[in-house]
Amino acid sequence: MDAFLHQLLAGLASGGIYASVALALVMIYQATHHINFAQGEMAMFSTFIAWSLIQAGLPYWAAFFATVVLSFVLAAVVEFTVIRPMHDKPALSVVVVFIGLLVIFHSLAGWLFGYTIKQFPSPFPQDAWYGSSMMSAHEVGAIFVTLLVVAALFSFFRFTPLGLAMRAAAQNAASSRLVGINVGRMLMLGWGLAGAIGAVAGMMVAPVVFLDPHMMTGVLLYAFAGALIGGIDSPLGAVLGGFLVGVLENLIGTYVVGTELKLSVALVLIVGVLIVRPAGLLGRTVVTRV
Amino acid sequence: MNTFNTTARTTLAQASAPARSGGFAPGWTATLAIVALFAIAITFVAKGFQLFQATMVLSYAIALLGLNILTGYNGQISLGHGAFYAIGAYTTAILMEHGGTPYWATVPAAAVVCLAVGYAFGRPALKLDGLYLALATFALGVAMPQLLKYKHLEAWTGGVQGIVLMKPEAPFGLPLTADQWLYLFALLVTVIMFVIAHNLLQSGTGRALRAIRDHAMAAEAMGVDNKHYKSMAFGVSAAYTGVGGALSAIAVQFVAPDSFTLFLSISLLVGIVIGGVGTLWGAIFGAVFIMFVPSLAEKVSKAAPWAIYGVVLIAIMFAMPGGVVGMLRKIQERFKTRAGAPGG
Repeated sequence: MDAFLHQLLAGLASGGIYASVALALVMIYQATHHINFAQGEMAMFSTFIAWSLIQAGLPYWAAFFATVVLSFVLAAVVEFTVIRPMHDKPALSVVVVFIGLLVIFHSLAGWLFGYTIKQFPSPFPQDAWYGSSMMSAHEVGAIFVTLLVVAALFSFFRFTPLGLAMRAAAQNAASSRLVGINVGRMLMLGWGLAGAIGAVAGMMVAPVVFLDPHMMTGVLLYAFAGALIGGIDSPLGAVLGGFLVGVLENLIGTYVVGTELKLSVALVLIVGVLIVRPAGLLGRTVVTRV
Repeated sequence: MNTFNTTARTTLAQASAPARSGGFAPGWTATLAIVALFAIAITFVAKGFQLFQATMVLSYAIALLGLNILTGYNGQISLGHGAFYAIGAYTTAILMEHGGTPYWATVPAAAVVCLAVGYAFGRPALKLDGLYLALATFALGVAMPQLLKYKHLEAWTGGVQGIVLMKPEAPFGLPLTADQWLYLFALLVTVIMFVIAHNLLQSGTGRALRAIRDHAMAAEAMGVDNKHYKSMAFGVSAAYTGVGGALSAIAVQFVAPDSFTLFLSISLLVGIVIGGVGTLWGAIFGAVFIMFVPSLAEKVSKAAPWAIYGVVLIAIMFAMPGGVVGMLRKIQERFKTRAGAPGG
């Protein structure tokens, strides 16, 4: 029972990371109806920025917030320079552009920062009161940060005029333009926000899996699965899906098939869920008008 | 979700819209003859490694053609076609290693096996659309290398070590090296596969596939059996990709799980988009791209080759969002020549 609880909580901890990357994916999907395959690599790149800032002598939290701001700017610039010119191009061509971005960020990180595995500090002290033998202080802290991000995002979209404008621009670009919303700027803002969320996720995951250019590849897979299982158009669903995938992955790996096949089995399960509920757990079923 | 699909469909439709002319125009026959001459000339001009590369281009071309039948002509996205490539390659390898089957007989066997697996996968995947289908196929692509390494299948697959194969010699005492013969064999298979695909896509089946892509519900109303055609498209597409995989196994003389990672599946998708979605000839341009551009990028910059690759990828999409064939068609239209385009 103790071991089971331990696995469950470890699953929740990694699920928190998947949840925040899934949230970033959903953000961009809601704004643009594209899945950003480069999201994980962008988050990894942001984490490297944080790492070099800390190496340069900045205190952790200063580096943390500087990275979030820099990532916001970086993602907004990517949207403006690379994605915006593609807005009227075929969907598959956009997918290929995302793949291009993915390999660019991956390769650049390896080139600039090296492929050796680096340690990344955790902001949560090891002997903090919320840590225990079940869950390390960092895992509890990471989950708390994820929940904080979700709450902040929810309030931003629900209660601020800017959030309302962003939702409007995503749902109906033409009508939003008519009421005076600058849709292009909203898209850029959406990308920036997603970049910032990704950066937070990266900095939370790095102390656990260590920092190297391959850090986010697996995470992106799980986040993608989490976002879809929760429903790609539902931020709450994405978070729920992320946690679910984390727990499933851990329990299946420990009790059913062993670590070598756990990724496959987790994905097969997810596809199974999707065949029963094609729009995800919390997703809206889209009714097509003929 | 729906928006994604409609945009995907309309853009796919636009990509192949000008290609509805069937039959062969005179200018077209000339082009075909030049291509054929060029392809045969490679046998005697290219040496060793270049011949191997040419054979691999052909194997990729067949695989890309398969993916294009599914994604370009039927509108179903697959991020996991590397899995069918792997199944084709392993079918060949296992038959040659354990069954003592001659290499040429393993190619149709790979097609049959992949047809069955593809159909079996396509049937339940009918419920999924767009991104969700992308995830399901993605899962297939991720799971395949792990399955091939699985210890209970090791007796057949050779586990992580994989299987080493023998290179076939030229038959009937032909004065050709093994490399030359293998290239010609691959060329023959490629021609057969392209002719079949051309005829299939020109037929009522091809029209049904395109109708489903452009408007599934309207197609259903016109009496097209969506379920049947969509799962058959999956099967046929998998069979093509499997044949490509089988050829690659014979050419490389080696199969191992780590040759069929997710990266292969993504390369295949990149290949059809670069070549031209929903076009027959795009497969060849795409195959040339995924064969040569990574190593060219390595030559340009040893430090960050994939950054170069990514930049090239994005630049090509900026310059020709319809792929190489889309670009050629635009040029063709501009010059108003009346050479008909193939496929459709």
